[in-house]
Amino acid sequence: MAKVEAKTTLAKGDLQDVLREMLLIRRFEEKVEERFRAGELPGFLHVAIGQEACAVGVCRALEEGDVIASTHRAHGHTLAKGTHPNELMAELYGKQEGCSHGYGGSMHLYDVERGNIGANAVVGGGLPQITGAALAFQMRGEPRVAVAFFGDGATNIGTFHEALNLAQLWKVPAVFVLEDNKWAESTPELQHSPIRDLSDRAKAFGMKTMKVDGQDVEAVYKTARQALEYARSGKGPVFVHVDCVRLHGHYIGDPQVYRDKDEARKLAETRDPITLLRTKLGVSDEDFEEMDAEVTEIVEASVEFSKNGTDPAPEDALKNVYA
Amino acid sequence: MPELSYREAVRDALSQAMRQDNDVFIMGEDIAEMGGSMGVTAGMVDEFGPERVRNTPISEMALAGAAIGAAVQGMRPVAEIMYEDFMTLASEQIVNQAAKHRYMSGGQIKVPVVFRTQGGAGWSPGAQHAQQLEAWFVHIPGLKVVFPSTPEDVRGLLWSSIYDDNPVVFFEHRTLYGIKGDVPEEIEPIPIGKARVHREGEDVTVIATGRMVHESLAAAAEAEKEGISVEVVDPRTLQPLDEETLVASVKKTNRAVVAHEAVTRMGFGAEVAAVLQYKAFDWLDAPIERVGARFTPIPFAPVMESFVIPHASTVLEAVYRTVNKKT
Repeated sequence: MAKVEAKTTLAKGDLQDVLREMLLIRRFEEKVEERFRAGELPGFLHVAIGQEACAVGVCRALEEGDVIASTHRAHGHTLAKGTHPNELMAELYGKQEGCSHGYGGSMHLYDVERGNIGANAVVGGGLPQITGAALAFQMRGEPRVAVAFFGDGATNIGTFHEALNLAQLWKVPAVFVLEDNKWAESTPELQHSPIRDLSDRAKAFGMKTMKVDGQDVEAVYKTARQALEYARSGKGPVFVHVDCVRLHGHYIGDPQVYRDKDEARKLAETRDPITLLRTKLGVSDEDFEEMDAEVTEIVEASVEFSKNGTDPAPEDALKNVYA
Repeated sequence: MPELSYREAVRDALSQAMRQDNDVFIMGEDIAEMGGSMGVTAGMVDEFGPERVRNTPISEMALAGAAIGAAVQGMRPVAEIMYEDFMTLASEQIVNQAAKHRYMSGGQIKVPVVFRTQGGAGWSPGAQHAQQLEAWFVHIPGLKVVFPSTPEDVRGLLWSSIYDDNPVVFFEHRTLYGIKGDVPEEIEPIPIGKARVHREGEDVTVIATGRMVHESLAAAAEAEKEGISVEVVDPRTLQPLDEETLVASVKKTNRAVVAHEAVTRMGFGAEVAAVLQYKAFDWLDAPIERVGARFTPIPFAPVMESFVIPHASTVLEAVYRTVNKKT
């Protein structure tokens, strides 16, 4: 196994980048919401507003060659893993220039060159494959780690339990990142899980678990570095329990009739990861506005890029069924 | 030409691929020391070790999914699903994941994985260890489906399946493991999507899969005594289907019987019949006959089991119907 540099904290300059990246994801998601409501984007969409710190903190901690599998709420992970906003937006517009060339859409984002082996629209569907990817790395002696993102809702499904069991049994280099936003679509954790600490599920397999405040991007990064190092060194998989908040509905247009409005508002005021980092870094209004203008321009450009993109020919639907 | 049993032929293909290629490995329940519930992988752990002859927990979703994940990273795993009935447990990963990754990624991903499984009745295992579920999987774009019936075919087709860049569901039949047959000295890969004419005939074509190939050959020998010449064709690959060979045979004989062990209704044979009526309509002199199991789960008691599943006699009756022979 390759020796991994023990860089577990971010320098101040890096944190400025991190703030910018989280803001880019936020503005991207807001734009997606706006364009969807304008009727420009087909299908249906899930935005990750409020969960930017998990995506950025974890993906920044990855090494070249590491892979991720994402969920139906995949835009943030995809951008954080390095896909250009143009390619992501073009996918949402169903264009050939999209990261899945128009075959996938919001819930099936792939960017294999950048280590994104696929977002999954079946809850928990990607987890066994992350165990398998990690198995391939282990069998070939490659110092790579496979990382699965999933939500608290996924911890109830069989694939979660089977994938973690197998990963721990074989001590494969995988990191399972639970984004615990306390909601499985409209169902609160109290209604979907009989235990209050979902880490207990990983502990039951004898897996190393770590817990982190998912609104604190520095802490997420630090924890992810430690988890990745542990997995990469051959000690086995790690379960990272990221405590985070979903500031928006399950999907765009979700009226959230099931949720206390005050709670959502309070979370936005006190637990927004972007505000938290901005305050921590003491970024002035002027500097923040400059950063905001910069990322907004990138997002606007991605919309322009996508609108000018190429529609697939209908009969392109017949391609890529078989290799 | 060496003679191998169907079981040995499967093992030989796996072993030879593993000898020449480190990316090939096998995983499944009880496949290591026990050698698999059907003894197919007996002794392989001694040669290749537990890393590459990998016992898994009873955990079909994870073992199927892990095989897919490893395949996406460039390995060529062969996952054994102990019984066809348990494919239902693995089917989310096979149907939603393996079959669709290439498509959903717009061609970025290859999934060179094989899911070997076996099933079939005739030995009273009851309703949860004897189903034939090939029709489920031929219905899924992105999967290839193979169902060989002889030692030579199972070896050559497994080889091709391992080296195919697509997910392949590979059906073996429980009652065929013991049959013996000549195989070429060296493995000759058999192309996926090529049917085999087992016996040439003039009056009726029987298109059969798995165990029913052998039952149909027995029926053909009986029919011959009555002066009826039966051609027996095994598609061997159900998806893609060698329509050309099937249609050519029926254009020659003008009559067709489709035979499989799975339930007749909504079965694979329905698709074959549809293809034949469409592509050989003007050549047909009789309705296409379909042979398969009755529409029940597989019963336990031998008399009931035997009543439900088709035999050589069932094929023979269907052949006679196509030529209007009274029985």
